[in-house]
Amino acid sequence: MTETKTVVVEREIGHAPEKLWRALTQPHLMEEWLMKNDFQPQVGHRFNLRGEWGGVLDCEVLSLEPPKSLSYTWNFKHEDPAYDLTSVVTFTLTPTPTGTHLRMEQAGFRPDQKQAFGGAHAGWKGFMDKLEALLAKED
Amino acid sequence: MGYGSVTETPHDTLFRTLADPTRRALFERLCRDGEQTVGALTAQAGVSQPAVSKHLGVLKAAGLVADRHEGRQTHYSAQLNALAPLIDWTSKMAGFWEGRFDALEDLLNRMDQ
Repeated sequence: MTETKTVVVEREIGHAPEKLWRALTQPHLMEEWLMKNDFQPQVGHRFNLRGEWGGVLDCEVLSLEPPKSLSYTWNFKHEDPAYDLTSVVTFTLTPTPTGTHLRMEQAGFRPDQKQAFGGAHAGWKGFMDKLEALLAKED
Repeated sequence: MGYGSVTETPHDTLFRTLADPTRRALFERLCRDGEQTVGALTAQAGVSQPAVSKHLGVLKAAGLVADRHEGRQTHYSAQLNALAPLIDWTSKMAGFWEGRFDALEDLLNRMDQ
C-alpha cells in the first residue's frame, strides 16, 4: 500500500503537436530544454538524463503514441532516502486552435514517504488529510 | 534542480520525530485543539508528565512545536511551517517543470517547422 503524490504542470503552447513532439522525443532537442540524454522513441528503451548539476536520472520509456502522449520513468537513486525518487512522467499533447495544450504529470514517491505512508503507520493518512486542511485554512 | 541540497536532511528529522506514535498524537492534538499546557496534554496522553515533556522536547528540537512560558505553566503550540519539507517535493518539481517548459517554448520558437 503506497500512496503516490502527483504534480501536474500544464501550458498552452503556440506550436503544432507534431513540432512539439519532436522537441519531446529527439535527443538533441531534448538536451536543449531538458537534459543531456540517450533517449530513443521506443517502448522499453532505457536511457539516462544527465543534469548539469551532475545528477543522473534512470529512465525507461513506458509508452509513446506520436504525437499524443509519451511516458517514461524518472528515477533518481540517492543513498539518502530523502532525495531518492521513483516516479513516472507522462506528457499529453492535445491540439487546440492555436497550437497544443501540453500537460505534464509526474506521479511518484520517495522511500521515506513510502515508509511513512505505508501500513506501519496507519494513522498517517488521516493525519495528512487533517494537516492539509489546516494548512489550507492558514492561507 | 528540484532535489535540494545533498547535505540537508530535514525529511529525516521530521519523519523520525513523527514516526513515534505518542509524539505524533501529541502533535496532532496541538494541531487540532491549538495551544495546550503540558498538564492538559498529559491528562490525555496516557503516559507520564516527564515522558510528555521529553516528547515535547524532541518535537521542539525538530521545530514542530514552540513553547511559551506563563507563570509556572509552559504552553505548547504546533508549528505547521515546519512540515513544509514533507509536502514540498511536488511544488519543487512543479517549479522545475515550469522552468523546463520556458526553455521548451524558447526552443520551439527557434525551431524550423
